[in-house]
Amino acid sequence: MAAEPIRFTIDDVEITALEGQSIIEACDAAGIYIPRLCHHPELEPSGNCRVCTCKVNGRNSATCVTPAAHGMSIENNTKELNDDRRMIIEMLFVEGNHPCPYCVASGNCELQALGYRLGMQAPKEVYQWPDRGIDATHPDIYLDHDRCILCSRCIRASRMEDGKTVFGFSGRGITMRLNIDATGGLGETQMAAIDKAARVCPVACIVIKRDSYRVPNGQRRFDLAPIGSDIEARRKQVKS
Amino acid sequence: MSDIQTTRAARKIVIDPVTRVEGHGKVTIKLNEAGDVEQARFHIVEFRGFERFIQGRMYWEVPVIVQRLCGICPVSHHLCAAKAMDVVAGVDEVTPTADKMRRLMHHGQILQSNAVNVFHLASPDLLLGFDAPVATRNIVGVIEAFPEVGKWAIFIRKFGQQVIEATGGRRIHPRLCIPGGVNQNLSVDHRDSLLKDIDQVIKWCEAALELHKSFVASHRDLYATFASFPSSYMSLVGPDGGMDLYDGTLKAITADGKPIFEGVHADHYRDVIIEEVRSWSYMKFPHIRSLGRDDGWYRVGPLAELNCCAFIGTPIAQTARQEFMTLGAGGLVHATLAYHWARIVNMIHCAEIIRELLHDDDLQGTDLVLTGDRRPEGMALIEAPRGTLLHHYTVDEHDQVTGANLIVSTTNNNEAMNRSVTKVAIDYLTGKEITEALLNHVEVAIRAYDPCLSCATHALGDMPLIVTLEDADGAVIATRVKQ
Repeated sequence: MAAEPIRFTIDDVEITALEGQSIIEACDAAGIYIPRLCHHPELEPSGNCRVCTCKVNGRNSATCVTPAAHGMSIENNTKELNDDRRMIIEMLFVEGNHPCPYCVASGNCELQALGYRLGMQAPKEVYQWPDRGIDATHPDIYLDHDRCILCSRCIRASRMEDGKTVFGFSGRGITMRLNIDATGGLGETQMAAIDKAARVCPVACIVIKRDSYRVPNGQRRFDLAPIGSDIEARRKQVKS
Repeated sequence: MSDIQTTRAARKIVIDPVTRVEGHGKVTIKLNEAGDVEQARFHIVEFRGFERFIQGRMYWEVPVIVQRLCGICPVSHHLCAAKAMDVVAGVDEVTPTADKMRRLMHHGQILQSNAVNVFHLASPDLLLGFDAPVATRNIVGVIEAFPEVGKWAIFIRKFGQQVIEATGGRRIHPRLCIPGGVNQNLSVDHRDSLLKDIDQVIKWCEAALELHKSFVASHRDLYATFASFPSSYMSLVGPDGGMDLYDGTLKAITADGKPIFEGVHADHYRDVIIEEVRSWSYMKFPHIRSLGRDDGWYRVGPLAELNCCAFIGTPIAQTARQEFMTLGAGGLVHATLAYHWARIVNMIHCAEIIRELLHDDDLQGTDLVLTGDRRPEGMALIEAPRGTLLHHYTVDEHDQVTGANLIVSTTNNNEAMNRSVTKVAIDYLTGKEITEALLNHVEVAIRAYDPCLSCATHALGDMPLIVTLEDADGAVIATRVKQ
């Protein structure tokens, strides 16, 4: 006997999910965008950033780690939730150094793109101006720790996709930092430029050397289409 | 708004800020007990520190970071840093497409920046009078009195900015260069759009020159003597001695036109130029090493470029240069106000170069970037709108910048601007009651050099001009502040 289809509503739109899908995965497939930072469709979810938090049956839940269930009623695109998301983005901006005007990721940066999407004009919080330094010891990759937003994508990619343990976290709370499994810098690790971990950073913390600014202004990823519009395009296809 | 504060007992004038210049500076003028000017100084009171905070950054970031020095001439810093980083990347010569894209952007930049000085900053003084009422001595007053000039001001500048946008994606702080080349060619749509307007732009530049010459004809004595003195000059020239604003070698000449040095490549700049720091200004004082601190100062910028080059390789500008050089009666042209004439000749030259380039198919080439063997150091020179600009970087084995030195155009003119301020103060202020109109003469002298003070100190914050008049004991007589 076939399992009952999982049906739930998000912002009053009914969605059908597959068994085992998280809410965000089901919504992505249906063309409904839930803002996110740490979630990556090719990696296991981690629930780090909380940007994808929605009200599920009236309670806040990170939708990247919440399984879709039959009968759920979800609020996503509301002022309250988007205000919370914008505050998270603002706090990430001030906790690190994110100089969009000259950053190598500008135009391709998910943090910047979310700031635009959520209407962030300028951070209201006090800049922390960290000085965590750059690790440029690897011949092909450098780490700019001041850009890190602790999303853990690189940790998950290194462990689960690359079969390595190049990255991990050290410390907790405000003192949490991205760490590597070598004392002499990234150049001493097994990291390679072709690794998945080198390709999933949403900001400009992990950057391929000598590859910056090659895409002209106006042709960068988020110059062409705002973040989330690729997912929302699926909704239009579903409708038609 | 200007604000003159005069204290009868004290004897120091402060003009703070100097207005209609790019950046934040002030002038102090000291009077002795007889009321004669003893000393006048042009102070740059902002500090930027770019040379320090790019240390540790990756070398390919530098052309994009350092252009944030300035909102007027970011392109010059973008290009000069890129040329230096070409050297670091091991590329001695970029592809024809890359070279011509950069040249196109550069000449668009000089055209628009010179238009800002000629029309927006300087024309109120020249067309309305140095002592015209301050309420009308501005670009709005010029537009009311000379509507045609207002049109040139807007559209010539706009065209230059469109060239920058077409090559670098946006009008201010564009991104075109990467070490070893560029990230795009010129689209046919952009080319055709620019071609539609370029002939008109050249005509407007020629008309601006005619208007300037009519000002000269009616103010011959003022033009020849105001803030003027013989000086040495330095600029880049091409391999054939002709004007080349994008690349070439350094040439310096004495006040009577004799060579001091020539054929000096960027990587030998320290053999001929040395920099000095003085306690009262954030701007350095470079001078020619062989002539020493007292005699080694020189001028750069459009006046120097026309004095140093043997010819200009574009026909309309060459004809204009020949007429310009007659001002020197067989020698060099030393009139400080002639900077404006030279600046307009440069605008014509830039517009002609742009027209030539737009007809060059290399701009639609697809060979954009070259690579080479990494080097630890890169130096480059370019003629920015205000004159010779130098960038020098050292980079470690991990690709991080370890050192930087920038000698910007305005810095090269530091001593000359101080001398012009002193001369105007002596000629116009001695023994007189200080008025706003008289103090404006000091600013007119500074504006001739079109200084870019934010670039010159590599500074954050507001950018106003200050003039101070003080006595021999340092007591302030008057202060003038403009925001």
